[in-house]
Amino acid sequence: MTMLGDRQQLAYIASQAADARVNVELETEGMTLNIGPQHPATHGTLRIIARLDGEQVVWAEPSCGYMHRGYEKLTEVRTFPQVTALVNRIDWLGSFANEVPFILAAEQLMGIEAPPRAQWIRTILFELSRIANVSLVLGDLGVQLGAITPVFFAFRDREYVLNLIEGATGGRFHPNFDRIGGLKDDLPAGFIDETRAVMRKMRKFCDEIEGLLFGNEIFEARTRGIGVIPRDVALQYGLSGANLRGSGVDWDLRRDQKLPMAWDKVDWKVWTHPDGDSYARCWIRLQEVRESTLIVEKLLDSLPSGPVMAKVPRIIKVPEGEAWVSTENPLGEMGYYVVSKGELGPFRVKIRSASFNNISIVPWLLKGVYVPDIITILASLYFILGDIDR
Amino acid sequence: MLGLIAGIPYWAQSLLRVLGGIVAVLLPAGTIVYVFLFKMMSFMQSRLGPMEAGPFGSLQLFAEVGKWLQKEDLYPERADKFIFKMAPLIVLSSTFLLVAVVPFGPDAWFTNFEAGVFYALAVSSVSVLGILIAGWASANKYSLLGGLRGAGQLIAYELPMVLAVIGVVIQADTMNLQQIVVAQNAGSIFGWDGLGNPYILTQFIGFIIFMIAVQAELTQTPFDMPIAESELVSGYMTEYSGFRFLIFFISEFATAGVFALIASILFLGGWGVPFSWFGWTSIDSIDNWMNVVGPLIMFTKMMLLVFVIMWVRFSYPRFREDQLQRFAWKVLIPLSLVNIMATSVLKVAF
Amino acid sequence: MSSLAEITAVLGDAVEESFEKGPEGNVDTWVRVKTSAWRDAASVLREKLGYDYFCFLSAIDWMPSPYGRGEEDPTAEREPIDSTIRQGYTGGATRMQVFARLVNHRTHHGVTLKADVPDDSLTIDSWVGVFAGANWHERETHEMFGITFAGHPDLRNMYLPTDFEGYPLRKDFPLLARIVKPWPGIVDVEPLPGGGDEEGGAE
Repeated sequence: MTMLGDRQQLAYIASQAADARVNVELETEGMTLNIGPQHPATHGTLRIIARLDGEQVVWAEPSCGYMHRGYEKLTEVRTFPQVTALVNRIDWLGSFANEVPFILAAEQLMGIEAPPRAQWIRTILFELSRIANVSLVLGDLGVQLGAITPVFFAFRDREYVLNLIEGATGGRFHPNFDRIGGLKDDLPAGFIDETRAVMRKMRKFCDEIEGLLFGNEIFEARTRGIGVIPRDVALQYGLSGANLRGSGVDWDLRRDQKLPMAWDKVDWKVWTHPDGDSYARCWIRLQEVRESTLIVEKLLDSLPSGPVMAKVPRIIKVPEGEAWVSTENPLGEMGYYVVSKGELGPFRVKIRSASFNNISIVPWLLKGVYVPDIITILASLYFILGDIDR
Repeated sequence: MLGLIAGIPYWAQSLLRVLGGIVAVLLPAGTIVYVFLFKMMSFMQSRLGPMEAGPFGSLQLFAEVGKWLQKEDLYPERADKFIFKMAPLIVLSSTFLLVAVVPFGPDAWFTNFEAGVFYALAVSSVSVLGILIAGWASANKYSLLGGLRGAGQLIAYELPMVLAVIGVVIQADTMNLQQIVVAQNAGSIFGWDGLGNPYILTQFIGFIIFMIAVQAELTQTPFDMPIAESELVSGYMTEYSGFRFLIFFISEFATAGVFALIASILFLGGWGVPFSWFGWTSIDSIDNWMNVVGPLIMFTKMMLLVFVIMWVRFSYPRFREDQLQRFAWKVLIPLSLVNIMATSVLKVAF
Repeated sequence: MSSLAEITAVLGDAVEESFEKGPEGNVDTWVRVKTSAWRDAASVLREKLGYDYFCFLSAIDWMPSPYGRGEEDPTAEREPIDSTIRQGYTGGATRMQVFARLVNHRTHHGVTLKADVPDDSLTIDSWVGVFAGANWHERETHEMFGITFAGHPDLRNMYLPTDFEGYPLRKDFPLLARIVKPWPGIVDVEPLPGGGDEEGGAE
């Protein structure tokens, strides 16, 4: 460093001090914003505590538990068939899909398998609940980003799918239809033709949403490059479903796992997107609804005949053992780790729900984004409160 | 109304003006809310809209207003009560002041300013004060964010709006709104005067910029960040309830109507029909019946423009705050400057 | 080489016990590692064998519930409850065990890792440094079982109030609803007259 004269040195110090003062003065006070638990964008009671600098998020942390119902504890005092009534309420938009992995786990421990027709119907109802669930979130995506109309289309068309589920199971939201060893009932008369018609409607709905939202420049500006999750981070946090495939991981439990279900009996495609941003995740959801309608149609074509219930004892006692079964639910990987001690009910059930993992990435993802992007990111990660808190 | 009644006493004139103003504000607000919000958009969203109150739900608006008026006048404990209560009135008064310069017919006007365009643009920006103080006085973080966003946005879009209007002013040679209407209807395009010369044809870029800026000034989607119900709950309106919310609500739609009126004056020929149709030559030779038909024509044009505003509102997602600013400063303002330059060059050339 | 053989080879003497079941092509694997090797097992499996997908982490309390299932006839004499602790697959020596599942997203093979948690300290290493996603799972486990994860940055409660006492998922935490009022569904689990148990059969 060159030596400076006194005068120069003083001037230098003064200018530095002036700079420092300006920096101190411009450093604005942060603000802590509580988004939720009652907030229009959190569809449920998720609360996000965000520290803001202006509109930029410095630090954010979701705070859940406003809806914790203690299902893992409750399962310990239920019998195996009773548990399905509980787990129905985990992801309440795609309830039937919650029952399936639990029933499969129990069946695996008992060493029984549902008859083919039951497997087909299970898969059909599973995909129908995926369509009902994800089509709603596609509409909701519009609301989160400020477009009001798509959600009305979504509610309108989801109704047809719910009618189908109601027709087959008797319950619109909580079917509780799956039984250990098969299903409660066979399909009602006319179900097949009606389902084909509805599947065509749902594909039209997908086209509408694609035109209304995905082709919109503002939608692209709001979602492209927002909330990018790199592949290895997604794996580390255990993201699943469209969130994982949106980061370019080609992994779908329906295809990559051998389960007594009918997915491997028909031909379909797993969609992935390399970008990992909000747009990619939403786009994959849209494609998956389309793909699901096709799966349902193909399954209807090949629906085998036969009984829908295997022979199971009247009193179900599950032999001692442990089983892990997970399926590709509308929200992502939903799995049950069932420990049985050979009694009427499970000894311990660990419920691995998709949203819990999907939302645990939020603190990492929200650093440095703007307030409107919080909403975009949450909407694109897509969670259901019951699925986080269980 | 009010070149017509020049003979009656001043107090009666003032009373008539106030009544006329209230009608001119409430009528568009009411029809927009009813026709567009309740019905038109319900059909677009494949639902029925109001059905219960009155035939086809036509009394729904009264039911809603009645409901709001009954509600308790709430304010947050830590709010700055005086200005909290005042804010909606400031927003509404900006709408009323805006109506004052709108001409509805050859003699049907409240005031006939020489600098009417200037006045209208100046007065329309008063509402930003109301929004800002509503956001600040609510003592709510969402309101504060909404108010700040509102202020930033309204100021940013004031500029393209003014610049878009300058093209019209250059072409019409006047800032008087009445004269602008006359200039369009008496004008001709390359000697053909069958349509007059509505500036939407010659100032098309200006029209588009103006309508975008209006959309932003009205804080309608895709520029509704100050309200942004999925982010900021309701932005600066979060804490308002009862009739104060009603005032915000009315002024939101009344302002949409008034801006549509101004846009129709500036670009669509206002209350007039092309003068060549009836062989008129100047404003003095216009038949008196135009004072009745003129407002109806205006109203039709207003509905048309409001339809566009609402249509966009209900089909677009929302911009982000920084994208909105970028759009204003990097796209709209340069574009409107180019428009002004081209207009003046052509003006001199022809 | 089978997946289990690979895993035991890589983990070396950290493995206490292992178990494998399932049909060909859909084999599920359990490995119990030493408590001290819990963290290293995760990072070794991740780095060397590509088990890079973190599925979940939780714990089991192997003690049978002293309260039973709350389904007994409240007027009848209570049968004594056998309180011997029997661990599940891959055995174990302690009441509490943590278990977690890792998946290799290329081969789609998953492994359930287990480890004993010492009864006295109830402390085990945290996985947060290996899998960032373990953060919330460990918080949940801490809250529900009272297991401390050494090295976890922030073991706050997720669901319960900060001043909540007790660890709800431990077996000795009573489910009060079942204790104050007998379960109305008792009817469902009464055996049918004539021994319904033998009706039908699984195989």
